[in-house]
Amino acid sequence: MGEIPILRIGDCLLVSIQVDMHDRLALALQDDLTERIVADRARGVMIDISALEIVDSFIGRMLNNIAAMSRVLDAITVVVGMRPAVAITLVELGLGLTGVRTALNVDKGLALIRNIIDNPERDDANRIR
Amino acid sequence: MSEHRHVILSLIDRHHQQLLAEWLACQKRDARIADPQREKEIAGLAGRFLDQLRRGAIAQADDIQMAEWQPVREVLEDLSRDRAIQGFSPSETAIFVFSLKEPLFALLRREFAIDADRLARETWTASRLIDRLGLYTIESYARVREEVITRQQQELLELSTPVVELWDGILALPLIGTLDSARTQIVMESLLQRIVTSGAEIAIIDITGVPTVDTLVAQHLIKTISAARLMGADCILSGIRPQIAQTIVHLGLELNVVSKATMADALALALRRANKTIIDREPSAATRT
Repeated sequence: MGEIPILRIGDCLLVSIQVDMHDRLALALQDDLTERIVADRARGVMIDISALEIVDSFIGRMLNNIAAMSRVLDAITVVVGMRPAVAITLVELGLGLTGVRTALNVDKGLALIRNIIDNPERDDANRIR
Repeated sequence: MSEHRHVILSLIDRHHQQLLAEWLACQKRDARIADPQREKEIAGLAGRFLDQLRRGAIAQADDIQMAEWQPVREVLEDLSRDRAIQGFSPSETAIFVFSLKEPLFALLRREFAIDADRLARETWTASRLIDRLGLYTIESYARVREEVITRQQQELLELSTPVVELWDGILALPLIGTLDSARTQIVMESLLQRIVTSGAEIAIIDITGVPTVDTLVAQHLIKTISAARLMGADCILSGIRPQIAQTIVHLGLELNVVSKATMADALALALRRANKTIIDREPSAATRT
């Protein structure tokens, strides 16, 4: 059982999920990630799910949890690289992932995090969630 | 029953030419055919039909759904298909079969002039047969029409969901017509696909062409908006007409999305979010005064 690598880009952390998630792996990821956020003083966390063809309610909840934990540690979570088919399935399941920010790819996710860190008050003003 | 069939069969056999001529005359009169081209076409079909009818009658099958009647049914199907595609009305189509009654009954009357009881019986049999064939014609006409409608629906679905790139990174989705689940699915798929290929971060959904917004349509809008959000694109709703705004409030719908009255306002907001501005090249006369 391998663990999911966490890469550091500037003051952001990049997690790329490429294997099937299960309970223990998710817990391990949450552990690792929270520790790394504190250790590296990361301001943003990007979770890349472009390799996932199936995102179910379990992964949806895990993403929400990670976003909530990061928020407590003052880091912004952005889910990047979701496939169109996955997005449609999630919406049909009623999982809008409302607590998580999203971006099309890693590039845009990085820009989004930068943008939010640079103007925190403007971001809240022009977004309705 | 076989005896009656044989009567009709022998009648058709013996008076084939006469029957055909009278039948065509009846059709010409009833359907008011003026075009010689169509007259010829109908004559061809009528000849084929009579030939096949003789064969069908030989088989003595009472039920026209049976295999022996297959060639007759095929003639009628061809007829219905042509008529339906050319845009004839159902009665114009069915008149082909029903106008056979007059010459056929006239033949029967001549044949059984002295036997009233027999005449009535044969007329009834012939009438029943022709009615069935006529109904079958109308049925196949309706079937062809249905196929046409289904195909057009499909084409409409594909035509009516364009995704337009308004600016670099700004997509517009002008929705025309009612949003049902099938259309929502296609709209969603094409929007998400375009988000992927263009890398757009803002999508303007314009509902000027949506006649009514009820809870179901709102549900579909919300789904589309959430799916786009999951792909990292923010949606702006535009083109909300005053009545629709009232309906949304009366129904207590919460769309949870930035909405603008017109596409122009939405585009202005989108440009502002993308850190772009449009400025006049020269101050116009109106602003100088």
